[in-house]
Amino acid sequence: MKEITVAMWNEINGIIQRYQGKPGALIPVLEECQNVCGYLPREVQKRISQGLNVPESTIYGVVTFYSFFTMVPRGRHSIKVCLGTACYVRGGNANLDYLRDEFDVEVGATMKDLRFSLDSVRCIGACGMAPAMVVDDDTYAQVNRANIMEILDRYK
Amino acid sequence: MERITRDELNEIRSRGRKIIDIRSGKVPVTVDGERHLMICGGTACHASRSKPVRDAIKQEIEERGLSGRCKVIETGNDAFANLAPVMVVYPEGIYYVHLTPDDASDIVSEHLIGGKPVERLFYRDPMNGKPIPRMMDIPYFAHQKLITLRNYTLLDPENINDAIARDAYQGAAKALIDMTAEEIINQVRTSGLRGRGGAGFPTGLKWEFAAQAKNDTKYVLCNADEGDPGAFMDRSVLEADPHAVLEGMIIAAKAVNAHRGYIYCRAEYPLAIKRLSIAIEQARNYGLLGTDILGSDFDFDLEVFHGAGAFVCGEETALITSIEGKRGMPRQRPPFPAQQGLWGKPTILNNVETLANVPQIILRGGAWYAKMGAEQSTGTKVFALSGKVNNSGLVEVPMGMPLSDIVYHIGGGVPKDKRLKAVQLGGPSGGCIPAELLDTITDYEAITSTGAIMGSGGMVVMDQDNCMVDIARFFMEFLKEESCGKCTPCREGIKRMLEILTDICEGRGKEGDTEILEELGDTIKKFSLCGLGQTAPNPVLSTLRYFRHEYEDHILRHRCEAGVCKALFHYEIDEEACTGCRLCALKCPQDAVTGEKKKPHQIEQEKCIKCGICYDACKFDAIVIM
Repeated sequence: MKEITVAMWNEINGIIQRYQGKPGALIPVLEECQNVCGYLPREVQKRISQGLNVPESTIYGVVTFYSFFTMVPRGRHSIKVCLGTACYVRGGNANLDYLRDEFDVEVGATMKDLRFSLDSVRCIGACGMAPAMVVDDDTYAQVNRANIMEILDRYK
Repeated sequence: MERITRDELNEIRSRGRKIIDIRSGKVPVTVDGERHLMICGGTACHASRSKPVRDAIKQEIEERGLSGRCKVIETGNDAFANLAPVMVVYPEGIYYVHLTPDDASDIVSEHLIGGKPVERLFYRDPMNGKPIPRMMDIPYFAHQKLITLRNYTLLDPENINDAIARDAYQGAAKALIDMTAEEIINQVRTSGLRGRGGAGFPTGLKWEFAAQAKNDTKYVLCNADEGDPGAFMDRSVLEADPHAVLEGMIIAAKAVNAHRGYIYCRAEYPLAIKRLSIAIEQARNYGLLGTDILGSDFDFDLEVFHGAGAFVCGEETALITSIEGKRGMPRQRPPFPAQQGLWGKPTILNNVETLANVPQIILRGGAWYAKMGAEQSTGTKVFALSGKVNNSGLVEVPMGMPLSDIVYHIGGGVPKDKRLKAVQLGGPSGGCIPAELLDTITDYEAITSTGAIMGSGGMVVMDQDNCMVDIARFFMEFLKEESCGKCTPCREGIKRMLEILTDICEGRGKEGDTEILEELGDTIKKFSLCGLGQTAPNPVLSTLRYFRHEYEDHILRHRCEAGVCKALFHYEIDEEACTGCRLCALKCPQDAVTGEKKKPHQIEQEKCIKCGICYDACKFDAIVIM
């Protein structure tokens, strides 16, 4: 888990202070705090609860309602391995297993050093390029064990 | 802070007249005359790498010492999405498409210096390949009527003076200084303007309700939470002409006597939020937002609220609940927001496109607006045209135009001579209008009578390769994810419908499934709390109405004619048509195609994964769906 540093806590406190007493502040506060920490763990939610005088249950309800908020840290870059049928049979699944072992990270989770978040996606419509992988906004074709690390080396 | 008066506003407008004359082609074209290069800079253009093109052209102009008379301006235009990056050069109105940074030197030396536009970069008619140099001669634009989008190739959206030169805030000045609230509402009523977010409620009437509500505090909200997959009208308006929306809100505020507003914009639209924020800051600096606007003694200010990603927040009461900082779930109506909205105060909520129409209605009069369009649906409507159509992008047309004109005259028809099957309108809340009903006009009532809805403007063209059961399943899957869970019919009903549709698509359909779908759909429509649930069954019910035979094919004959539902078809090679060119064999990711060169090939069914690559690749229509 990504540690919330002292500097981050200071920023979080500053955000809460700026919004204190303002009606409807919760969502902007959550958004800004997520920008600081990269995610919204329970401890941050607790601090916001105390600062804004809003029940923790309400905050948890809001965090889990909107897709923009996350309670697990996201990496600096996202890897999405396509597992559409064409990619699956051409080794998409093998690529995913390889990355999971190499980076020691589960699918849907983030590496400890926050370099990558690893996800699988359904068909991205690039069957002719199978197996395909999307890193941030870039799509890569014919990915395999031989070239996958070379591709990912570009993302630090 | 340099607060301006109405006279100063007019002065800024006159000063800017010269640049607008150039950009509207009102000055004579001379070889060494002033040139404005308006390069597209909407989200879609940025994704197609318009920025490096812009920088390359700028650099080339500077190196050739032309910066004095040639200006490069980034607009918010991304209307003709499949040609991006595009650039319009004024005063000639030359339209360049598919630009790359390497084209910069030719444009500068041949066009800007030599006076001869670069023909190889012109748009080409997809029918006959003929180059069409001028934007307004391209059929895609020639058939449109631009009101909401009128500024999209003409302005730098980050420069308020450009907007003022195109009459921005003239309507606000008139409304704040010359008109009473009643007169404003009357003009909007006369215009016949109806909500462009989809429901089509008369805007003037909505304002009248809120104006009549007695309260010292009222709110004006702008709905910029455009969540339908495939719709981007509001994003484009915000990216290209944000001041039109701010001005519409100022006028609305005066009409209902509100002094505070919010624009609820999706966080997924960072560029729109950025340009809105710049526009708000510039308007504040001129005193066009804040206290005593233009010396009228009227106060109004607003802020942008970032939506946090929930489709249901496009519903008005859910949006209001979300601004209050809660889970964005809808409320029971009545009381309607015009009586009790945000924080329990009277509130009006209008969509981006609706508000962007308002300044021109005030400036030119409601009667002028009412003359355009159809009798019950006046004015123009912006659609995001996409799917199986040659020209995809934003189109603005007078209401009352038949769908067929939009698809064929503007959209350029269906690619590869395929057969048009249906047009999907209104996204997940809408429905499919079959090819036989393509003469239906774009009018709220006419479209509703087909079982679809006008919606916010998503228009997806579908051809013979689209399976209507699969389309219905796609929308149900989307809605299942986005249902907020508050009321049972929507939360549980959509899930059940999706399960049945998934079964049908995967070959487990049973006799009687279609009847259950209809019964469920009817129940969900009648008993859901908000618009999301009340319209959710539309994609299923409208496809059942017009494409029942496809459902029956899936269920009774285990066959998907379109070749989409993988469990229900296979590919075979027509030995008569096959020339043995080996193209399909080379492209097959599975090596499932066998056969010698120049002899008919075969597909090994146990290896085939039905990815469709061979079907798309074959030039002789020899791959057939069985």
